[in-house]
Amino acid sequence: MNTKSSISKFVVDAKNLATRELNEKIREAIRDGHKQIDIQNVSGQRYIAAGIQELIDIEIFGVPGNDLGVFMDGSKVVVHGNAQDATGNTMNSGEIIIHGDVGDITGMSARGGKIFIQKNAGYRTGVHLKEYQGLRPIIVIGGTAQDFLGEYMAGGVIIMLGLNLKGGIHNADYVGTGMHGGSIILSGDVRGIGREVEVQQLDQEDNRLVEHSVQEYSKHFGCKVDEILGSKFKKLKPVSTRPYGNLYSY
Amino acid sequence: MMIITHNGHIIAIRYIYVFQFFNSSEIKLSESARQLVNKPLKSVQRQNNPYKDEKVIDSCSIFGMMDQNKKLFAGNDIIEASASMNQRANGLGSGYAVYGLYPKYWNNYAFHIMYDDKEALDWGSKFIESNFDIIFDEEIPMDIHGIHKHVPIMRRYFTNIDLDNLDEIKEDEYLVNKCLEMNTSGKGAYVFSSGKNMGVFKGVGWPQEIAKIFRLDEYKGYLWLSHSRFPTNSRAWWGGAHPFAHLESTVVHNGEISSYGTNRRFLEMKGYRCTFQTDTEIFALALDYLQRKHQLPVEIIAKIFAPPLWKDIEKMSESERNLLRRLRITYDKLLMNGPFSIIFANHGLMVGLADRLKLRPIIAARRKDMLLLSSEEAAIIKILPDIDDVHHPKGGEPVIARCHEGFAS
Amino acid sequence: MLRSRRLPEYNVRIDTDTCTVCKACVIQCTFDVFSYMKIENKISIDESKCVDCHRCMIYCPDKSISITPTPIQYRPNASWNKESIHNIMKQAESGGILLTSMGCDKPNYNYFDRLLINASQVTNPSIDPIREPMEVKTYLGRKPDKLTISDNNGDSIIETSESPQLLLETPIMFSAMSLGSVNINVQESLAMAAASSGTYQNIGEGGLHPRLKKYAKNLIVQVASGRYGVHKKYLDTGAAVEIKIGQGAKPGIGGHLPGEKITKEISEARRIPAGTDAISPAPQHDIYSIEDLSQLIHAIKEATEYSKPVIVKIAAVHNSAAIASGIARSGADIIAIDGMRASTGAAPLVMRDNVGIPIEMAIASVDTRLNQEGIRDKISIIAGGGIRSSSDAFKIIALGADACYISTVALIAMGCTVCQKCHTGKCPWGLTTMNPSISIRINPKMESKRVANLVRAWTLEIKDMLGGMGINSIESLRGNRHQLRGVGLSEQEMEILGVRPAGI
Ligand code: SF4
Ligand code: SF4
Repeated sequence: MNTKSSISKFVVDAKNLATRELNEKIREAIRDGHKQIDIQNVSGQRYIAAGIQELIDIEIFGVPGNDLGVFMDGSKVVVHGNAQDATGNTMNSGEIIIHGDVGDITGMSARGGKIFIQKNAGYRTGVHLKEYQGLRPIIVIGGTAQDFLGEYMAGGVIIMLGLNLKGGIHNADYVGTGMHGGSIILSGDVRGIGREVEVQQLDQEDNRLVEHSVQEYSKHFGCKVDEILGSKFKKLKPVSTRPYGNLYSY
Repeated sequence: MMIITHNGHIIAIRYIYVFQFFNSSEIKLSESARQLVNKPLKSVQRQNNPYKDEKVIDSCSIFGMMDQNKKLFAGNDIIEASASMNQRANGLGSGYAVYGLYPKYWNNYAFHIMYDDKEALDWGSKFIESNFDIIFDEEIPMDIHGIHKHVPIMRRYFTNIDLDNLDEIKEDEYLVNKCLEMNTSGKGAYVFSSGKNMGVFKGVGWPQEIAKIFRLDEYKGYLWLSHSRFPTNSRAWWGGAHPFAHLESTVVHNGEISSYGTNRRFLEMKGYRCTFQTDTEIFALALDYLQRKHQLPVEIIAKIFAPPLWKDIEKMSESERNLLRRLRITYDKLLMNGPFSIIFANHGLMVGLADRLKLRPIIAARRKDMLLLSSEEAAIIKILPDIDDVHHPKGGEPVIARCHEGFAS
Repeated sequence: MLRSRRLPEYNVRIDTDTCTVCKACVIQCTFDVFSYMKIENKISIDESKCVDCHRCMIYCPDKSISITPTPIQYRPNASWNKESIHNIMKQAESGGILLTSMGCDKPNYNYFDRLLINASQVTNPSIDPIREPMEVKTYLGRKPDKLTISDNNGDSIIETSESPQLLLETPIMFSAMSLGSVNINVQESLAMAAASSGTYQNIGEGGLHPRLKKYAKNLIVQVASGRYGVHKKYLDTGAAVEIKIGQGAKPGIGGHLPGEKITKEISEARRIPAGTDAISPAPQHDIYSIEDLSQLIHAIKEATEYSKPVIVKIAAVHNSAAIASGIARSGADIIAIDGMRASTGAAPLVMRDNVGIPIEMAIASVDTRLNQEGIRDKISIIAGGGIRSSSDAFKIIALGADACYISTVALIAMGCTVCQKCHTGKCPWGLTTMNPSISIRINPKMESKRVANLVRAWTLEIKDMLGGMGINSIESLRGNRHQLRGVGLSEQEMEILGVRPAGI
């Protein structure tokens, strides 16, 4: 690609643009060789960065609509504002960094990549995350999340830091219900966990992952790394990779 | 494929036989009112379809002739031509459509209405009076001397629509709605034509018999259609004869289409009401939909009713292929499948078309400015032995006759 | 597990006069009914394991094996037949959900057999399909309400834009069977048959095996609740993308591919580790409502740049008509409806036999509703679940479908004898098994021929029936219920089906 376009930022003003128009503009910019795209005045436009396989830096100013980064494969998306539902849906790889809160089902069925949420996440965060060979999705939640966190998880990691948590208890119930792979690492207690999971101590590898993730979190949003790492973390792990082995009569 | 555009522009001529082009000013209309759909239609169905068949089946002969200069001529010839094809019919229905019929009232809606009895007549006349401005009305002159069957009361009304807020579009809708209202009232009144400067005459009988009853030798027009019928249901009804009129369009039809169920379902979805349960009505409504509502030229409509086979479409140039493929996909449910030949007319326009496998006959001929379409060539020769030109159209190839420009009707 | 009190359901006998002890049966039976006893040089039989699949009978070179249902019957009782007694015994022994496979085997839910087809006599001619043109080409996809045609210096230009369409040479398609429910040999056989027949194979949700890539033009890829193997390249591969909401055999519940079926091959395609359960949740968690469905449809369209049609598949349930109307407005191009008699690789018996409605009723009411609302041409309809013959396919099109999905039919073409044991993973015909030593029984080159033959034969029969009623193009059959008559149906059933009784 020519150096000019990779240096020059492509700036789109999303004001009054329909979803389809905005995404067409983004795809066009990528076709033209741009590697950095700023999108101003975003307000509810959906499917931003859907299915993009090139390695692009996208910065979003405003509130993007649902399915941000759906099927995305490799790009980096930074949201300066909150994001809505289904952020990072079925994402393959790449990074989504949200300076604020996210809605429900963040990272649903993601197969890889990282999602950093500065503050809180909604319901069913990380539902059915998977992992395979080198690909492992990681979701880092700065604050807290709602019920069914990590439901059906088949792989991947969710790290929940519990910053500014009142009373040390997350509101989430049914955490890890149906989980049969991966792990949820959190600081603080939750209201209830699924019957397919058990609480474990962090091992060395977990500790390394937490440390690394908190550092990255701090790089994005700024925080006191040592203080966070000093708090007590625990891990939820599925009891079995075959939770429903004896449910049936043949 | 060739297209002849509205302004008479010829693109290529391969399938279409064209008599003459004319800057036809088709009526521009909006989408029709959906409210027609849920009205009771018992009376018309009961009369037209006494055995409650799924649909009425009939076979027929059709004939049409038009003077391109809009010169008016008497009906003697078409009566004779139609009668000459009597072996294609069984005397249970025939009729005529005449354009240029009422020069004196050329700008009034001419209602032709049949009534079962005196009571119906009183009701119907009141209905017309309260919904239209009647300029003049009278009994349709009839000669029933020596006729031994029941003949309905026939009356005609020349009217205006006098409503301030109606533009041309709404006028048409208003007219269609009022006719439907009358025909479905169950009061024994039936409007069988309502256009300007045109009219339909039809009933139960042989062509020459119906012509005699309506004293057609006394009328003149520049375009005549005729039809002689062979219904399989013998309790024929006067209103069930052809031609069928919808606004100023009329259709005569021969054959039976097997796609009736598909076609009807589609038209009903688009807000039409199929009152008569006949194929002919399907043609009339489909024409209205494509011609009036979708503004498609007759050349295109012919390709919708009788599209080329896929294997032929595949052999065409890319632009033709794309056009015909899109037409077939989009209007798939208006493909008229099975044997048919039709003639349809409007002011200044007469079109003949047979199904794509040419399972029903249609012949075109010309004698100077007179253009003719017929089920049988013999019927043409009978009235005009010295024709200049005969054409045997292929299946799916429309024959389009247009009047010369600039002749007032 | 408690000791079983059920008696064997089949008697397995070997005629020792003709048996040459070649041991073919020992190899062929995947349910371990036969074993070879070296010292006696004879075959011993454990008939309690027999599932009546006929593999051994067909492969016994001396035709020495006979399988018959056991003559033992419980005392006749209208409420308590052998099946209901055995089911209770099984559950008392195991405490588990009864699992089964293939489609509902109960007799009461079939309407096809009570619908008769019309033919032309006198008033219009029937057409000889062998010598005259007969068209079954079908386009699936959203149709515009009208075409605006303009004239550009003599060329007719269509101004209306076109939605992506699927072109079928025959209105028969292969319904979703994922890698995992069937093995790659089966999928490849179907893909080859689809390619040679000009139709499509739906590969279900279970990822795309590298061996299928060369048939991409004829593949439909599926996005279901598990999102297994779903990524951008996968979406790009298919000719169309199907979002699976439900499945006729088990509406409302998810799927569960047991860990023992997740072999290395499956694990690669699904992109999950071998040996773990593959769970497909009951709902898709990004679809809790119709507007969410619209969101997923458009997410897929954005990701594929509006280049291919999106199909939404639902199970036929009580309010299918209303759901279909919502789907038609949600931006989907095609709706696939799966009737209650549809097959499955594994489903709870109670769901398979009790939940949903027959496909005939569902298509009739969906087509009627979409017509009433004036939106039937906004969406194409594929009907599946319970289609057994060309006449079933024909009738469902007359009831309002544009095309049909078959799967059991294709499996039978490849050998399946409908023993209903797919869920055991031991399919004796090598179809619904991941065991490489059994799946080798399917040779794609040979089996694809059988499937393609079947499609060809059905297409010919469909043309015959069309010709009989004087129709020479399949579009004139769609929704043409005038060409059907009912026998033995109540007035209300006929009203829903939109048909008249035979005789009038
Ligand atoms: S299960 Fe099949 S192969 Fe085995 S004995 Fe029974 S019929 Fe034969
Ligand atoms: S696919 Fe195999 S296991 Fe399933 S019913 Fe057919 S023969 Fe039996």
